Amino acid sequence: MAEALQSLCKDKNIRMIEIKNIKKAFGDREILAGVSGTFKPGDTSLIIGGSGTGKSVLLKCMIGLIKPDEGEVLYDGRDFIKADDDLQTEIRREMGVLFQGSALFDSKTVLENVRFPLDMLTDMSMAEKTERAEFCLQRVGLGEAGDRMPSEISGGMKKRVGIARAIVMNPKYLFCDEPNSGLDPLTSIKIDQLISEITDEFQITTVVITHDMNSMLEIGEKIMFLYQGHKLWEGDNSNLTQSNVPELNEFIYANKLLRETEQQ
Amino acid sequence: MSQIGKYFIFLGSLFRNREKLSVYLKLVLDECISIGVNSVFIVAIVSTFIGAVTCVQTAFNLVSPLIPMYIISVIVRDSTILELAPTITSVVLSGKVGSNIAGQLGTMRITEQIDALEVMGINSTSYLVLPKVIAAMLMFPLLVILAGFLSILGGYLAGTLSGIISPDDYVYGLRSDFNSFSVTFALIKSVVFAFLISSISSFQGYFTSGGALEVGQSSTTAVTKSCISVLIADYLLAQLLL
Repeated sequence: MAEALQSLCKDKNIRMIEIKNIKKAFGDREILAGVSGTFKPGDTSLIIGGSGTGKSVLLKCMIGLIKPDEGEVLYDGRDFIKADDDLQTEIRREMGVLFQGSALFDSKTVLENVRFPLDMLTDMSMAEKTERAEFCLQRVGLGEAGDRMPSEISGGMKKRVGIARAIVMNPKYLFCDEPNSGLDPLTSIKIDQLISEITDEFQITTVVITHDMNSMLEIGEKIMFLYQGHKLWEGDNSNLTQSNVPELNEFIYANKLLRETEQQ
Repeated sequence: MSQIGKYFIFLGSLFRNREKLSVYLKLVLDECISIGVNSVFIVAIVSTFIGAVTCVQTAFNLVSPLIPMYIISVIVRDSTILELAPTITSVVLSGKVGSNIAGQLGTMRITEQIDALEVMGINSTSYLVLPKVIAAMLMFPLLVILAGFLSILGGYLAGTLSGIISPDDYVYGLRSDFNSFSVTFALIKSVVFAFLISSISSFQGYFTSGGALEVGQSSTTAVTKSCISVLIADYLLAQLLL
């Protein structure tokens, strides 16, 4: 099953996401002031910044939950914002999204949650759908939890189920909105590693919204720093701590441990 | 006015990008149980007592010896079929069903479950709301028929057991000058009320934003607006059809 999936993902020239001059304001309050960037296949790209800097709004603009006032979101050159309903639906079905609160359906079991996109969007037989959902659950280390309800599992497990549901349709693009929120540091690292492994394994274009320093240092192959709706810095985790952007340095060294390590 | 415009756009979105028919069949059946079967108890209790009270109060007001006793059951029958069964049942259901729908959709909204459906490429309004509206329009007429039957039965029990009216007089009154259009009118009302309650409550729940407090407020608003819309529609239908 894994080999079959990987064979579907060989073409690295597709699965590119480009955002161009994204602007969004709510009333008089400008949230995004013209953000541009490119996200490549096989990379785990991070959008970082403090609370209220527009990270989640940018993500929602990219996945079509909020319409930007200006700008373009291109998926392999296809303009998502200006697309008609059919093309938007087609692009959406190429996305997997892990929401901040996991967004699992309360009335369905873990297995049913993961199988749900297949039930709704494919003509596969029940046996095939169940096999695919179980494979995804096993991939995130929850092969035994299929019969449990979302209310019966921990926050970290919910995130894993959310990841399994996001990849069950073999997406080209994976979006994760603060995958570590509410998790302990050890579980956070496991979730980060899982996202990074899946990105690499299936050559998905992954965009992660986070303000978690561990995530930035662990999986930040490409990092975009947002500050008050502007992109102030772009790079990778190897040069994250060497920037000359005061706002970024202030953000990074807010952590006492990192500050002391840097001073030493 | 913008809310009304938004409501009509919301209704239009129910029929766009629909899913497979088999998906709706299962969802409609589930909603029929939630909206219809689970409301039988409250409808039965309310309608039985309303019929009983109508019978007793009508008898209390009939002080003239010139008016025959069977008029009591004529009044119970007509007031039940024309007004009490469809309208009171719908007002009660707007509390039970309306708050349930608004609460459910509101919770799904604030926990990003609706967003999850949207990004999967599923039309969340069509998937979540259309089955509720269809199920309500199927189940409300059945509940109104049940309410009408139990209300008249309640009147019979209260009237005969307390000695206000004899069983023969009561049954005679029920059959006297019966206009079958009353039943048609009651069923038309029930379908219209079902549509209003389910769609307005869904609209309120679907556009909830914030947290638990706002979900509660959406439920309350849904019930209030549903009740008002039912009463306005009740008047308009009476003017139009009677």
